[in-house]
Amino acid sequence: MKKTLSVFCVLLAALAVIGCAKKEAPAPAPAAAAVVAPYKVAFVYIGVPGDLGWTHEHDTGRLAVEAAFGDKVKTAYIENVPEGPDATRIIRQYAQDGYDMIFATSFGYMDPMVEVASEFPKVKFVHCSGYKTAENMSTYFGRIYQARYLSGIVAGKMTKTNIIGYPGAFPIPEVVRGINAFTLGARSVNPKVQVRVVWTNTWYDPVKEREAAVALLDAGADIITQHQDTVEPQKAAQERGKLSIGYDSDMRKFVGDTVLTSPVWNWGVYYVDTVRKGMDGTWKSDQYWEGLSADVVRLADFSPLVPQDVKDLVSVQKQKIVGGTWDVFTGPIKDNTGKLRVNDGAKMSDGELLGFDWLVEGVVGKVQ
Amino acid sequence: MIFAFEKRKTVSRTAIVVVPFVSFLASLFLTGILLAAFGANPLTTFGAMFKGAFGSGRALTETLVKAIPLMLTGLGVALAFKLKFWNIGAEGQLTLAGVAATWVALYWSPWLPSPLLLPAVVLVGCAAGALWAGVPALLKTGLKVDETLVTLMLNYVAILFSEFLYYGPWRDPKGFGFPGTQPFPKAAWFPRIAGRAHIGLYIAIAAALILWIVLNRTRWGFELKVIGNSPKAARYQGIAVERNIVLAVLLSGALCGLAGVGEVAGISRRLQQGLSLGYGYTAIIVAWMAQLNPLAIPFVAVLMGGLLVGGDQVQMVMGLPSSMGLLMQGMMLFPMLAGSLFTEYRIKRVGSQAVRESKIGAA
Repeated sequence: MKKTLSVFCVLLAALAVIGCAKKEAPAPAPAAAAVVAPYKVAFVYIGVPGDLGWTHEHDTGRLAVEAAFGDKVKTAYIENVPEGPDATRIIRQYAQDGYDMIFATSFGYMDPMVEVASEFPKVKFVHCSGYKTAENMSTYFGRIYQARYLSGIVAGKMTKTNIIGYPGAFPIPEVVRGINAFTLGARSVNPKVQVRVVWTNTWYDPVKEREAAVALLDAGADIITQHQDTVEPQKAAQERGKLSIGYDSDMRKFVGDTVLTSPVWNWGVYYVDTVRKGMDGTWKSDQYWEGLSADVVRLADFSPLVPQDVKDLVSVQKQKIVGGTWDVFTGPIKDNTGKLRVNDGAKMSDGELLGFDWLVEGVVGKVQ
Repeated sequence: MIFAFEKRKTVSRTAIVVVPFVSFLASLFLTGILLAAFGANPLTTFGAMFKGAFGSGRALTETLVKAIPLMLTGLGVALAFKLKFWNIGAEGQLTLAGVAATWVALYWSPWLPSPLLLPAVVLVGCAAGALWAGVPALLKTGLKVDETLVTLMLNYVAILFSEFLYYGPWRDPKGFGFPGTQPFPKAAWFPRIAGRAHIGLYIAIAAALILWIVLNRTRWGFELKVIGNSPKAARYQGIAVERNIVLAVLLSGALCGLAGVGEVAGISRRLQQGLSLGYGYTAIIVAWMAQLNPLAIPFVAVLMGGLLVGGDQVQMVMGLPSSMGLLMQGMMLFPMLAGSLFTEYRIKRVGSQAVRESKIGAA
């Protein structure tokens, strides 16, 4: 028994020595500023590119960067990175490995990225969907709510039960904003519509997403839309012979014509531009939040099941939004307890939109 | 020539040391085949993993960041397993302790003198872990309810409860509605040693030593051993079996709780998504790999932590899918479990004569 104890102590000492030795090892000499070295860009993903949704679209954007710059860039990505403390390690690892620009594509990477950004002032950090910035850290997002509103018009016109199911990831402003925009769109053409929300508390979990959709179908929904990362809710609707609205990617391609349309991301526009700025030295920290007019968000092509009059209706509203004469969150807007939140003609500010914590009239659900 | 397994009369000491090493090598070999099948050079991959986990000061501290909760939960789980109390609730005990620690850090700080805050965070956190383990312990000893199921189910209760809090009443009012509590006051932070590695490391190593001494050098430790081997025999000797099981499991929960305290007070400094990333489950692998020996657990935890941190390299350097890292973790356990066969059994050559005799005997 004494022997075991002494072995333990020896091993412990050995470990300590290895640890110290490693720490004292000189840092590798910085590589000479070679002109030919490609610009290194890394992407941190919450899911997998094969999710056909959120991460798929970011990866499409990454590929657009590769296509645009060829040999001049080197891109890398890591998938399935949990939000929270683990992300700090991953982001730091990329910074340490000499990446010039790092994109983090989920909200929960915000604080980790802020932490690492302060340690690597020369690396450019770009965070999707958050609100914290630094000298070397930008944020970016798209006004997907504009496309959501348009898809809501389609759903409002085509529902027969007047119940639309909406599995949502988390009760956070990004998701709440989408639900509200969709509901306003649907009720603009059909005031009887109810949008029922189920929170899954996960971005990426095919099984949970499907279960939530099934529960909503059981509750009488005849159209399913979602704020999740996979196509499972849409598939579940199709299996029941019901319609759906996609999200993230043009899900009609993966599921079929029961997906009437999808609000989709077009990150390539932003990624190519941002990487170019990084390469030519004009990059500056900012907060990018553009919409349909910048083409960073789109409404995907309609399914043949959508009648022409509905398409025309959408087209009219789209022109108003793109032209800048009108935006989605213009009053009067009531919340789902009946209280008037936005006065007639008033427009919600970006600040209010970024902190959205109440649901509009017609949504059945609660922001916890 | 025929071989047969024969139960060893005593567990072989050589086997205890050799088997884990051989099993580890075997798992590397198996993983190597898998890597090769995916078109990655196994040696390059292992090299990248090693470098990623131990190759620099920073990498090493990150490995320790993972190893700390694995050590503490590993110790907690091993203690319960020694009594054949299958505590697979380390995850929940860790989570609830994180919640309790958060409660103290955020809501006691206004009236508690700040030097007392950190000790209070630790104590209340441990108590919460112990409480969460105590429920299945009492159900088992009092009503003979199966502890495997109860500890597992309580994990979900604790995790959902913590989510309820940081999505609901404890949500940071300045957080734009995003989930997560506000940051802890500085007085409730675990001091960090290097990088993000915090004093939980010293606590964990001390806990390993103390637990070893308690188990091997005290009367109570002896009683626990007897209970683990045969509760009946223990009862005949007049050992208070139920009381001792409850006490040991409370201690097990407190150790797991300590891991949760370290995570919130040392790493995230708030309660948020990603408090536990399955440490409570990986702890089970750690405990078995260490053959439930408290002194081996810190090393196995460092190894496992290295595997988790180095596993990132599989993606970042080798460009393999993320599930590869998880697969490799699983690959570790199989040879280990198979290996434990050899510590308790030995292979014996059996002549054809003997076989015939045994057949006759059987008939």
